[in-house]
Amino acid sequence: MGRVEGKVAFITGAARGQGRSHAVRLAEEGASIIAVDICHDVDLIAMPLATREDLEETVREVEAIGGRIVAREADVRDSAQLEAALADGIAAFGPPDIVVTSAGVVPFVPFPTMSEATWRTTIDVNLTGVYRTVKAALPSMVEAGKGGSIVFISSGIVFRGGGLVVDYASSKAGVVGLMRSLALELGPHGIRVNTIFPTNVLTKMLDNEVFGAVVSNAVNEGRPFESREQRVEAMRGMLAARNMIPLGWIEPKDISEGVLFLASDEARYITSESLRIDLGFGGK
Amino acid sequence: MGSTVATGRVAGKVAFITGAARGQGRSHAVKLASEGADIIALDICEDLPFAHSPHATWADMEETVRLVEAAGGRIVARKADVRSREQIDAVLAEGLEAFGKIDVVIANAAAIAYKNVLDITVEEFEATLDVNLHGVFNTVQTPVRHMIERNEGGSIILISSGIAYKATPAPDYSAAKTALITFARALANELGPNRIRVNTIEPGYVLTPALDNDKYGERTAELLGREPFASREEHRAAMWDQFKPRNMLPVGWVEPEAISNAVLWLASDESRYVTAEELKVDAGFADKSA
Repeated sequence: MGRVEGKVAFITGAARGQGRSHAVRLAEEGASIIAVDICHDVDLIAMPLATREDLEETVREVEAIGGRIVAREADVRDSAQLEAALADGIAAFGPPDIVVTSAGVVPFVPFPTMSEATWRTTIDVNLTGVYRTVKAALPSMVEAGKGGSIVFISSGIVFRGGGLVVDYASSKAGVVGLMRSLALELGPHGIRVNTIFPTNVLTKMLDNEVFGAVVSNAVNEGRPFESREQRVEAMRGMLAARNMIPLGWIEPKDISEGVLFLASDEARYITSESLRIDLGFGGK
Repeated sequence: MGSTVATGRVAGKVAFITGAARGQGRSHAVKLASEGADIIALDICEDLPFAHSPHATWADMEETVRLVEAAGGRIVARKADVRSREQIDAVLAEGLEAFGKIDVVIANAAAIAYKNVLDITVEEFEATLDVNLHGVFNTVQTPVRHMIERNEGGSIILISSGIAYKATPAPDYSAAKTALITFARALANELGPNRIRVNTIEPGYVLTPALDNDKYGERTAELLGREPFASREEHRAAMWDQFKPRNMLPVGWVEPEAISNAVLWLASDESRYVTAEELKVDAGFADKSA
């Protein structure tokens, strides 16, 4: 008997990284998965986003452990796409009990040269995208009347200043306000809303040359790194100093364990919680 | 039990729990034991003159022992006062003798005077800090030294309170419980390199003997400005109605097991990189206005 046996989880940004890890972990504990991801790059976001092949790999991994999954390409900036994906998932498994908003982007642009279009893109994906995701899932959850668990993925950056992330930090802090008020409104329905604040996780969001340039400017006098290994080592040193437990980053599965706990009935009385999984980053 | 290989989410770990004779502490002991841990338990097992409610008894502790063993765990349970380092260390020595190590510490023992700020004496205020703050310092220091020496990390869980985030007529208790949060942050920062994690849990209302007793019934009647309650049931119903509007979820309180679920998660390796976290298990109490 799994810890989320028989539940249905709707997960955005599920093609790779943390989102994929959540899908596999929840499936391992008995949930059926409705997975979406944009599966293509986005204008003004320099780093490569997930691909269709990535989403197919998530499907393979979920099915390999005996899980059930409906995976669709959908952009969290487009409610119609989210609703269509959900409709397919609901037809297969019934309404979601769990919603995990993992889709996110970070352009890493200095504030003085950041365009309003870049700012709007980040907010549109990371904050309004969360609004749209909940909005799409909520009617079927309320109608089912079984309560539910909504888990937002924010960021430890909400608690500390960071370079080149004014848009990202603002979007992720906005999610906290959304959580508190939504938790209040949805409490009477038995729907819980909580937020996880990860420290750095070495997914493609950090393990790329765009963030590599940020690291280079901070610790390598702007000189490019000669190899990925050199870049990753420099990143490790830079990031470890910010955490109480002196590691550079944690694994996607560490975030998934928090998602699983909040998604399960073990957390049935936890709502409006800000759960940091962050090596002590937020408190340091 | 000696030959059995423990299974579960904290299999093979040893947890030290204070205030374990009843209520939340007992619930944590049983939950962790049911997931494979061995338990070192202490409780004062006597009343404190300043405290608003009767404390646990040795008979309560015997019931904890029975429940832990029924759940498949081993337990060393002793009568001891968290205000006394000597008493704590004596229990820990026996626990280490029996189980060889300490992986998890749960500082749960607490007491509360429950008086308004103008009514409480400085002696009562200090008495509360003695148990709830100095007692926690006493509880964690020896295990931390053991954990550093053993060099396999550890998980320290301090039971704070949702009262840390809300105005309540308990200045002594709220001061002590809020101090635990910054104490935990400092400790987490200091012990991070040793992979010793330090976290707090902030429970909302939990129906345990600390609330569900006649003396607190008198306090509730006083706070509500009404006649004394005719029965324990009447008091419970009044508390449910009093507390429910303060929570986001439509409940008056949560069960001890809800707190134990969070204890289990923080005690387990599932949360291996969680430190300096304030984990609220409170039905939305802290974040609700009014």
